[in-house]
Amino acid sequence: MTRSVFFRFVVRVMLPVLFIFSLMLMLRGHNEAGGGFIGGLVASSGVILMTLAYGPDEVRQRLKIDFLRLMFFGLLIVILAGLVGLIIEGEFLAAEWWKPVLQGIGQLELGSPLLFDMGVYIIVLSVTSSIVMSMADEGERMDD
Amino acid sequence: MQILLVLPLILPLLIGCSALIRFRNIRQTVALICLFLNMLVCLLLLVETHLYGVQVVQSGGVIAPYGISLVVDSLTGVMLAISGIIGFAVGIFSAATIAANHQRFAYYPLFGFLMMGINFAFITGDLFTLYVAFEVMLMASFVLLTVGGERSQIEGGLKYVTLNLISSTIFLIAAGLTYAVAGTLNMAHLAAIMAEQPSPGIGTVLAALFLIAFGIKAAMFPLFFWLPASYHTPPIAVTALFGGLLTKVGIYSMWRVLVMIFPQELAYLQPLILVLAALTMIIGVLGAVAQTEFRRLLSFHIISQIGYLLMAIGLLTVDSMTGAVFFMVHVILAKTALFFVSGLAYELEGTYKLKKLGGLSKRAPGLALLFLFAAFSLAGFPPFSGFWGKLLLIRSGLEIGQYVIVAIALAVSLLTTYSMLKIWTEVFWKPLPKQDTELASPHKRLSPLMLAPVGVLVGLIIAIGVFAEPMYQLSEAAAVGVISPVSYIEAVLLPGTGE
Repeated sequence: MTRSVFFRFVVRVMLPVLFIFSLMLMLRGHNEAGGGFIGGLVASSGVILMTLAYGPDEVRQRLKIDFLRLMFFGLLIVILAGLVGLIIEGEFLAAEWWKPVLQGIGQLELGSPLLFDMGVYIIVLSVTSSIVMSMADEGERMDD
Repeated sequence: MQILLVLPLILPLLIGCSALIRFRNIRQTVALICLFLNMLVCLLLLVETHLYGVQVVQSGGVIAPYGISLVVDSLTGVMLAISGIIGFAVGIFSAATIAANHQRFAYYPLFGFLMMGINFAFITGDLFTLYVAFEVMLMASFVLLTVGGERSQIEGGLKYVTLNLISSTIFLIAAGLTYAVAGTLNMAHLAAIMAEQPSPGIGTVLAALFLIAFGIKAAMFPLFFWLPASYHTPPIAVTALFGGLLTKVGIYSMWRVLVMIFPQELAYLQPLILVLAALTMIIGVLGAVAQTEFRRLLSFHIISQIGYLLMAIGLLTVDSMTGAVFFMVHVILAKTALFFVSGLAYELEGTYKLKKLGGLSKRAPGLALLFLFAAFSLAGFPPFSGFWGKLLLIRSGLEIGQYVIVAIALAVSLLTTYSMLKIWTEVFWKPLPKQDTELASPHKRLSPLMLAPVGVLVGLIIAIGVFAEPMYQLSEAAAVGVISPVSYIEAVLLPGTGE
C-alpha cells in the first residue's frame, strides 16, 4: 500500500480505461488478437493496481467481490458453453451462433465461443486477483 | 454416444464447481452423486467399446489431426472403469473418515479436479492434452497433499511438486520435439506416421525422454524418491486414491505413448527397461520390508508393483501386455483396499506404527479377513486376482527366454508375502502392546460406511480371481489394441468407420 497521492490519482484514471480495454480485448478475441485469457489478465492488472494503491482490505470493501467464488462461476460458464454445442448440434464445444440484427446499429454476432471466452475471462481475472490479494495480505502482515 | 465420452470430464468438473455451495453436507452429497454417475458412465463406456469397438469424439466437431480427439479404446475403457470404481469407493470412504476440519478446505471439489485430470489423461487422444491432464492432476494432488498444513505435509508436498514439475518439463520438451519431428500431436496420427517412416536416431531419444518423464510420474527406479517422502502425510483416503491411481496414470501413458507410438524405437530401450523394472521391484520391496510404519510400508509396495508393470514394456509381447493390463486392474484394487485397511486400523487404535498396533484379529475379525484377502492377492496367491496377473506376466517372460527377470519377479513375490505377513503378525495377530498412554478410543467400532468400500473392493478382487476369463478377454483386447493400433488409428483418422 502506498500513500502517494499521484499514484492513487493515476490509478483512479487508469481503472476505467483498463476495464474497458480488457472487455474490448475479450470481445474481439474470436477473430483478432485478444481473447478471454488476455482480457482477464488486463482486467486483473486493474485490480492489482488498486491493491497496490489502497491495500487489500480496502479493495475487498470497495469491490465487494469474492474472487474465489467468482472463479467457480467462470468454470460453470465454460462448462455451459461446451454443453450448448453438445445439445444443439451433438458436438461438445461446437460453435453455435446467434445473429440478431439491431435496428440502426447493425448485426450482432453472439455465440457459444463468446460465452466460453467470458468464462475464461472471469476465471483468469479471479484467479490472478485472489493470488495477488492473498500475497498482499501476507505483505501487510510483515509490515506490521 | 457423444455425451457418454464427455461425461467423465464434465461430472468431475461439476464436483469442482460444487465449491460454490456453502453447506458442507450438500457439497458432499453432490460429490457422491457425481462420483456414482461417473462410475456408471465409465462402466457403460467399457461395455460399449467392448461391443462396438473404438469410440471417438472430435471436440468442437473439428476433424482429426487438427482438433482434439477424445478416444476410448479397450485399454482406456478398462482404465476408466477401474478409476471410476476407485473414485466412488474413495468418495464413500472419505465421507466416513475425513475429519470435518479437512473438508472445510474444499476437499471434495479438489477431489473432483483430480478425478477430472485422471479421466482426461485416459481419454485424450492428443499428446499435448495429455500434458495438460498431468498438470491438472499435479495441481489438484499437490493441494490435496498439503491440505491441513502440517509440517510433514508441507515437506512431503514440496518434494512431490518439485520432482513432478521436472517431469512435466521433460514431458513438454519431448512433446515439442515430437511435433518438430512428426508435425502432429494427435496420437493416432503420430502412430501412423511413426509406423510409416521410423526415425531410429531422434525417435529413440524421444522415447527415452518420454520414459524419464513418465518414469518420474510412475515412481520408476531411480526416480521414485518423491513417493515415500509424501504419500504417508495426507489423510488416509487421499493416500488411498493417490496410491491406487496416480502412479498408474504414468504407466498408462507409457503404454499409450511408448508402446503405441514408438514401438520400433522402443526396441533399443527394452534391455534398459528390463533392468529398470528389476531394480524397481527389488528396491521397492526391500524398502517395504525395512519399514515399521503401516502407510510407508504400503507406499514402498506401490513402487515394487510398478516394477511388474514396467516388466511388460520390457518384454513387449501381446501376452505380457495382457498380463500387465490384468495386473494393473488387480493392483489398483488391492492397493486401495490395503490403504483403506490401514486407515481403519488407525481409526481403531489411533496409530500407524506397527509396533504400537496389535490385537486387531480379535477386535475386528472382519477387517482382518479383508486384509488377509487383499494381502494374499497382492502377494499373488490363487484364487485371487494377483495370481493371474503374475502368472500371465511370468509365462510370457519364460516364452521369450528372459529367465533373469522371471526369477527376480518370483523372488520379489516371496518378499512381498514376507512383508504382508509382517503386517499380519504385527497388526492383527500379536496382542495389543501395553501403551504408555491410554488408547484414544478403546470402544470405538467401525461403521458399515467405513467397511463397505473395503468389502466391495475385496469382493471385486475375489470375483476377478475366480472368474478370470472375462477379465482376461478384456485385458487381451486392450493389449492387442495398444500393440497393433490399427482400429484406433482408423477410428480417429477415418471418421464414420468407428461408429
